[in-house]
Amino acid sequence: MLPGMPARRATVTEAVAHIRDGDTILCSGFGLVGAAMSLLEALATQSTARDLTVVSNNIGEPGRGLGVLLRQGRIRHGISSYFTSNPEAVAAVNSGAITATLLPQGTFSEAIRAGGAGIGGFFTPVGAGTLLAEGKEQREIDGVLHVLEAPIRGDVAFVYADRADELGNLWYRKTARNFNPLMAAAATLTIAEVREIVPVGALEGESIHTPHIYVDLLVQSDDR
Amino acid sequence: MTADDARRAIAARAAAELKPGEFVNLGIGVPTMIPDYIPAGSEVFLHSENGIIGVGPRPAPDDVDPDLIDASKLPVTELPGVSFFDSADSFAMIRGGHVDVAVLGALQVSEAGDVANWAVPGRDVLGVGGAMDLVVGARRVIITMTHVTSSGEPKLVPECTYPLTARACVDVVITDLAVFRFVGGRLTLTELMPGATLDGVAAATSARYATAL
Repeated sequence: MLPGMPARRATVTEAVAHIRDGDTILCSGFGLVGAAMSLLEALATQSTARDLTVVSNNIGEPGRGLGVLLRQGRIRHGISSYFTSNPEAVAAVNSGAITATLLPQGTFSEAIRAGGAGIGGFFTPVGAGTLLAEGKEQREIDGVLHVLEAPIRGDVAFVYADRADELGNLWYRKTARNFNPLMAAAATLTIAEVREIVPVGALEGESIHTPHIYVDLLVQSDDR
Repeated sequence: MTADDARRAIAARAAAELKPGEFVNLGIGVPTMIPDYIPAGSEVFLHSENGIIGVGPRPAPDDVDPDLIDASKLPVTELPGVSFFDSADSFAMIRGGHVDVAVLGALQVSEAGDVANWAVPGRDVLGVGGAMDLVVGARRVIITMTHVTSSGEPKLVPECTYPLTARACVDVVITDLAVFRFVGGRLTLTELMPGATLDGVAAATSARYATAL
């Protein structure tokens, strides 16, 4: 989050102009549900930023979402729990075109949460004693082996919300919430793509999932 | 018995393990058939890792809501009392022991209750999803699988040779031949599936086990 600034409206073109070569982008969505499809499309067609690290549960689908950037050869590294849902991402890792960090999905989620919450890492029993703990500190806690996991932060987060008010308070719909609230908090610049932007006061305060303190730019979605 | 009949028999038997009111996470494959066999009036609450408790049946094609999917990324419906939450909360529920039961498939289960269900040696190890979190965190782990591989190799083995998902985490194994439980830490055959014999199970199992029918 940029300090001291309210969320402001931007076009997708203005929004993706913030992406620099070598940036780490947090991209929400479980598959493509809850993914910021308009922002991803604009990044593919209106930006030349390359050597990107993408943090996303899946690397899109073949030719869709992050799958487009993958085909363009602009992804250098992926951090994900399930590359397998895009066979082209698996092929890219196997050919050495991109490098990969695989994390259990709960560790992936918690690492992003920790990144946004100022936590320097955490011990989880998940993955301890397995291939995915190799090279990581392991420690027995209350008789159970745990593995130390690092937080994840991004330069930019692409999140998708069904509704936002003009301040940038976000409301997600059904299972499209997934990683969005975590990623919104864990990036230097958080860009929210929104289906419907409503006046301040139109969302109930108790129903807001992501308070606007986390949101920098609001973009109208043309995806749905 | 066809392969589908065998899978349905496993799903039906697994459904009988679930107690009314329990919070249950169903993995992909055979576990997705389990809701068909949960008797009316003994409903469980289905949790899906992508952030929902109260998963209902698959919708009719005209009723698909693009924002409402399960962990298989397929459309579902929601039941009255449904709740939605983010992925960190979802896995807090799983790791924190709030999910009563996880039902998952497996490639191998060892006689120590280790499970391998996410990677095959020499193939891509690029998808783990929530499998590790579920077997570590769920209070009861039920494995549903065919007793042997498609080439006839036992899946209940002395020691997993595939990459481990987690150690000593399995409570119940339900196959097309038998039900096994870990009793005092020992793999124990507790029930034969219809048509199966003790000799048939012994011939298809390389793990050591006790028998307590």
